[in-house]
Parts: sequence; C-alpha cells; structure tokens
Amino acid sequence: MARTPDGPPPPPTVQKLRLRYTKRGPLRFASHRDLARALERALRRAQVPMAFSAGFSPHPKISYMGAAPTGTASEAEYFEIGLSARRDPEQVRAALDASLPPGIDVLECVEAVEGNGSLADRLDATRWRIDLPGVDADELSAAVQTFLAHEVVLVAKRTKNGTKDVDARAAVVSAAVSVEAGCAILLLVVRQLTPTVRPDDVMAALAAVADLHPPLPARAVREAQGRLDDSGDVADPLGPDRVASSRCQGEPAQV
Amino acid sequence: MTVESLYPRLEPLLAQVQKPIQYVGGELNAQVKPWDDVAVHWALMYPDAYEVGLPNQGLMILYEVLNERPDALAERTYAVWPDLAGLMREHGVGQFTVDAHRPVREFDLLGVSFATELGYTNLLEALDLAGVPLHAVDRDESHPVVVAGGHAAFNPEPVSDFVDCAVLGDGEQVVGDITDVVAAWKEQGRPGGRVELLARLSRVDGVYVPRFYAVSYAADGTIAEVRRTRDDVPARVGKRTVMDLDEWPYPKQPLVPLAESVHERMSVEIFRGCTRGCRFCQAGMITRPVRERTITGIGSMVDAGLKATGYEEVGLLSLSSADHSEIGQLAKELADRYEGTNTGLSLPSTRVDAFNVTLANELSRNGRRSGLTFAPEGGSERIRRVINKTVSKEDLVRTVTTAYANGWRQVKLYFMCGLPTETDEDVLEIAELAVEVIRAGREASGTKDIRCTVSIGGFVPKPHTPFQWAAQASAETIDHRLRILREAINADRRIGRSIGLRYHDGKPGVIEGLLSRGDRRVGRVIERVWRDGGHFDGWSEHFSYDRWQTAAAEELAAFGLDLAWYTTRERTEHEVLPWDHLDSGLDKEWLWDDWQDAISEDEVGDCRWTGCYDCGVCPTMGTDIQIGPTGRSLLPLTPVNR
Repeated sequence: MARTPDGPPPPPTVQKLRLRYTKRGPLRFASHRDLARALERALRRAQVPMAFSAGFSPHPKISYMGAAPTGTASEAEYFEIGLSARRDPEQVRAALDASLPPGIDVLECVEAVEGNGSLADRLDATRWRIDLPGVDADELSAAVQTFLAHEVVLVAKRTKNGTKDVDARAAVVSAAVSVEAGCAILLLVVRQLTPTVRPDDVMAALAAVADLHPPLPARAVREAQGRLDDSGDVADPLGPDRVASSRCQGEPAQV
Repeated sequence: MTVESLYPRLEPLLAQVQKPIQYVGGELNAQVKPWDDVAVHWALMYPDAYEVGLPNQGLMILYEVLNERPDALAERTYAVWPDLAGLMREHGVGQFTVDAHRPVREFDLLGVSFATELGYTNLLEALDLAGVPLHAVDRDESHPVVVAGGHAAFNPEPVSDFVDCAVLGDGEQVVGDITDVVAAWKEQGRPGGRVELLARLSRVDGVYVPRFYAVSYAADGTIAEVRRTRDDVPARVGKRTVMDLDEWPYPKQPLVPLAESVHERMSVEIFRGCTRGCRFCQAGMITRPVRERTITGIGSMVDAGLKATGYEEVGLLSLSSADHSEIGQLAKELADRYEGTNTGLSLPSTRVDAFNVTLANELSRNGRRSGLTFAPEGGSERIRRVINKTVSKEDLVRTVTTAYANGWRQVKLYFMCGLPTETDEDVLEIAELAVEVIRAGREASGTKDIRCTVSIGGFVPKPHTPFQWAAQASAETIDHRLRILREAINADRRIGRSIGLRYHDGKPGVIEGLLSRGDRRVGRVIERVWRDGGHFDGWSEHFSYDRWQTAAAEELAAFGLDLAWYTTRERTEHEVLPWDHLDSGLDKEWLWDDWQDAISEDEVGDCRWTGCYDCGVCPTMGTDIQIGPTGRSLLPLTPVNR
C-alpha cells in the first residue's frame, strides 16, 4: 500500500535559475557535500521560493554539477535551482550572496531557457591555475614539456574500490607555465572525463615523468568551467542562456 | 599584546588531513573580536571531534553570552584528530581556536565542557598540543586557567590534577562572574599570582578549586576526609541555577557549520531540569528544579533561530519534552505557523504514552516523518519500578501500536542493561516486548513494512543519583545479557527480521564507571592512558579497553585498589563519596532513602503534580519550580516561503 502525505501536492517548478559561485580562501577545504548543505540553508535564509519534490521526504529541487575537489579553490562552480514562484535572477543572486559566508560568493544568476540544453552538458572542461610556491619556473617548464611529450602518463588514483591507474595525460588539452610575484604558476586546460583528472593527478604525473617534487603544497584554483571551444579554451556555460533571455520575443534561438 | 593567527602555518597542513573543513571556522554566526579590545579572553573547548562538539548547546550559549560582553571574547576549540595532531607536533603548531586560529596557550581561560567522562583524555591531548602544563600545579600566571564544566564536572575529582577549577550547574551567569574576577585581577596587575587568582575564583558561587581541598584516605581505601586547606574557601561548593529561562534566550544566533555535524538541526531548550525521578538519571537529579520557558518565549526563539540559520528542522529540547505544561498547544501552534514551509519539528526521546504519538503527528506535519523514539529504559515492569520509570507493558505495546497505526514505520526503543537488581529475565522481557510490538503493529497498520529497533546500552551508576551506591554490572554480565537478548530476538525469524538490535559491549561502560565515580587517585590512570596514546575514548575505533585496564591495574596497585573496587563494588551508607563536598542540592539522606525504595521496588511521584517529597534542592539552593501554563498563545507570523 503506497502512502502519500495528506494535503495537496507541492507547487510545480515555474522557473529554473542557473548560478555560478566561488569557493575561496579557507572554504577551499569544503567538500561538495559541505557546499550543498551551505547553499540549501542559504536559500532558506534568503527566502528563495524553492520548488520541492513530492512525498514524505520533500527535497528542494537543486542540481549540483562538476564540483571542484576538496582543497581546491574555484571561481566557477555551478548549480541549478527550480522555483515555485518567479523571481528576478539578479535579486536572487544578491539575496543568496548576502546569506552565504564570505568565500562562497554568488557571481552570476541567469534564467535557464527551455530547449537550450542542460547545463551539465556544457561543463566538459576546466581551466586550472596551480600556484607552486618554491618551484623553479624553468624546472617546471621542462617538466611540463616532458609530460606533454608523453602519449600516456599513468598515475595511481585512490577510488572507492582501491587504487586504480588513470591516464593523466589524455585529459590535458594544454599546459603552460608563467611566473607571478616570483611564484611559478601552471595553467592547465583539462577535459572532464571519467574518472576525473584533478590537479593533484597532474602533479603526480609531473613527479613521475620529470621527478618534480614541490617543497610546499600546490594551490589550485578552478578559474573557469565550460565547453571546450575550437581555440582550446573554455567557453562561458551560461552564455547560451544569457543570449536567449536577452533576445527579442519571437526571435529564433541560436544554437 | 597582539596574538598572531596560526592559520598561515596551519593551512599547508590542512591539505594533508581528513575533513579539513572542520578546522577552518567561518561558521555562520561565528564571531571574531579584536584581541586587544577586551580584557578577558576565553577559549571554549568541547573535548571531542568538531562534528560532535559544534552542535553542543551549552558551549554555544556560553560563546554568545561571553561575546556579548564588551570586555570579553570567546573562541571555540575542539579535539584535533590524530592525523592533524601528528602534523601539528611535527611543525610546531599549537592547539588553536577555529574562530581566529589563535593559540589556546595565549587565552586567559580555557573552559572545557564535559558532557561525558570519556572526553578526559582529549583534554590532556589538547593541553599538551597547546603547550600548557598538564598538571595545574605546574602552571604559572602566563597559562590559561583551565575550567571544567558540564554534567561530569559534578564529580571532577578524577581530573582534579589537570583542571584549575570546576563549575557546578548552569553556566550562563557564572561565566560572567568569573570574567569579572579575572578582569579585576589583571587590571590590578595580577596581585598574588596564580594562587591569588584561584583563591578569588574559589569565592565565586559555584566554582570549586580542587587544590584548596585535601583528601585523606582510610586503611580500606575509602576516603577518610575531604578538608579545605584555606579558611576563605567554602567547605562545600554549591551548584548554580539560572532562574527565568525567558531572560536567557540563548543561543540567539545558533552556529551553522559547513561541515556535517551529528545534529543537522537547530535546538531550542524548552525547559531545564526534570523531576520525573528516574533513579539512573544524573541529568534529572543535578538540574532540578524544573524551569520552563514560556510558550511565547519558545515561539520567538524558534522564529529567530530559523531566520538566523536556515535549518529545516527544530528540535524542542529538554530532558522530557512532552512534560512541558503547554506542549500540546505549542506543538499545534508551531505546526500551524510553519505549515507549507517544509520545516520539521521534533521532540528528542519521548516518554512512553499515547499522547506522545499525537504530539509527534502534529510536529511532523510540515517536515519529514522519520522515526519515533521511546525510552522505556527497563525491560520488565519490575525493573521499571526499580528505576522509577513506571509504564505497564500494555501501555507500552498500545503506544507503539498507535504509532504504527498512524503511519510511522520505524520505532526505536531505548533500554539499559545492568541496572541494580536486574536478572537475565528482566532483559529477556525486552525481546518479548519487541515481538509483541511487531505483531500488534503489523495488525494495526495492515503492513509488514514496519520496524522496531531496540537500542540498548550498559548502565553506569553516576554521582548525585540514588544509584551512586550501586554495584555496577561487570562487562561480562552485560555482554552475557546482550547475547541472550540477541538470541531471543532472533528465535523467530518471521518476527525477528523486523527487529533491529543496536548495542554497545560492556567494556567502555566499565571505564566510564571508573571515571564517573572515581576519586583523585584515578587521575594517574587517565594520565597514563593518554601517555600510552589513548584519546577519543568515545569512539569505538579509538577506545582501547586493554590500554585502560593495564593502566588501571598498574596505577591503582600503588593504592591497593583496582578497577573492580571503583566499579562493581557496592558502597555503604556512610562511606564518604568523592563528590560529597560538592552540593547539587540533593539531600544525601533523601538519596539513600530513594536507593532503598528502589531496592524494594517502591515508586516516587513527580513533585510538579504530587507535591514535594523533600529531595532538598529548592530549599538548599533557594529555587522553586517554574512551570506554566501561561495561558498565552503564539501569534501567527507573516508567511514566508509560500
């Protein structure tokens, strides 16, 4: 006998919003579950009219995607929410941002446009910036060249079912080195494949092929996330929604 | 003197440890005040992991009360897991607060809240990591004053070597008094050094300074006498009691962590104290009398707390929440107020009666309907008379059946094992009860999709209760009874598969028993265990019975005593108990009479309804019962989230 709660079903989703937020400073140590909890509570504090699933355990309609690993910072995390009443996206952004702790900053909020494809499909690559204090830039450049010259670089990765060898090379689209304030910086564009290749996997690969061992922990920031474009860079995943919502009524959507 | 943040040195270590988020602070509603703006600096510690300590109400209350003072600041610190502790030692980073990552070593006071004795080794670990001498007598003016509080502080004797003071009773007011004393002493240029500061603190009502009391022992190992060593300290130290809880609506801004914690909800304490008179219950004995928050006071705390936190569940906290004089109205009016907002309300662990099912139905109207918990505590009617938690088997089965009939699928029943006078038969009745509950429940609900979880733990006799004289059951006895209970539950698989059994083996309880009723000589055991690597004793993966047993055998042998002497030995009427000079207000003669009544299975009523039975607390402490009903009701709020 299926049980259903008393009373009417919850109000349906009438608007979908897509948001970009950061994890900065000490909050880089937050896991994706920590962030999800923080976002859900902030949505309640900000009194955003969330749509809920039906049943005895109603859940707010939120989809998270492509979370940056614990310990890495990010300027480009994304999630999507369903509302039971329409709201101005900019007002939602401001209210949510004000309800979140410093370090989780909501940078953008746009309305999802129907028929424009899912947000998750537009997140297939990341541009990483990895600060490597104490590493010599020339040594880093040489290591990167050696790495890029390989077809395959296997690194051991811990997974739920023990250790597994993953190719760290195939996912890397480009790798460049620069220097800022005396600190060597590695800039990577990485495809988001399964299993995901993370900054620490690339660092493990550099250790394996070129014996590069940074004296201090590396600090990685996800600078952008989106679809890999023809130039090898990462495109703004909210672009299509922004374009669609700013066009005149009746104008055909561009793909 | 400005105190530097340890964060820059801590951060590289955090990349190498489990769940680093627990060490970074930045919780919603956390506060950081400039160091030099205030006279008195408190570090408040919950001596367990962050996920357990953060939701602790007591610490949250004191944190806010202290930070509201313009002349004080309070920051929080928790037990550090071994992975980070190892790195901190390696890199010379001391125990830090999570708020501003200031070194604990630099604070004026380190307040430690002991909800359970199993946190003692974590205090030693934190002191050592902080660079504070382990022994109170080795500290000088530059070291924090270590103050123990919480329920375990009603017998702080086992940790008296390591703490400078213990505070008895409610903390809201006494932390202010302590702050005043420390501020004045610092202002005057620290006259008389640390000893003078402690002497001044010992004259604050509710503050016990162990070093000013000498304990002597008789030839048989019992305590001969506890004598004060200065005339200007009280002969007996009495507990503090906060009257009129509506005046203390804390926490006003509950802390919301990013990390997952053991209580993913906010809590509002609806009353303090309990006079049900359950004889095993230390909390119910030492927190008397009952002081209710009014329905309107609760309503505004729930409202303010939800706005400040964004939690989707509110726990209405107390020792027996269904006993609040306005609970029915409160449940209905809160549920009305939050209708349509997906806000759940819950009562933790309720007593066994049908009214509680009605209450639970009401409270779960807007939120998630999880499980219902009842706490009969004793398996048989006989043992329930012994512990003074009287409920007939028929009532119990009827209540649980009503819950199933009302759509609850999961019922949890709490029991204890190893209670005074208990036999195997008393425990086996738990199995009969569970079987009957499932049979009746399947019939009443028309489905086999119901579950009953029996949760059972070993009883540990506690100070300031009628069972303080009782012989604790041995670990073997507990384990034997748990085994026959499990066999009895599994005897009929058709029913047994609907019954879950959750239990803890008897060994940790023996150590808890040693620490609960221990005296100053037990301090050596605690120190030895910590030196041998013991900590996080509340966690089964870290607790080592062998380590405790070895340490107890070797350290207590010097006194001609052993673990059994402290645990399974029944005390006599006139034995001087280690906590006799610490006054919870309970009359020792009344406690003894209640112990005798327990043995003869005589019950005692609740003074809220049957009149005073002279437990002694109100006249000794100058307090009185504060209960409603007030006749007021909750006003509807402007609807949100519709």
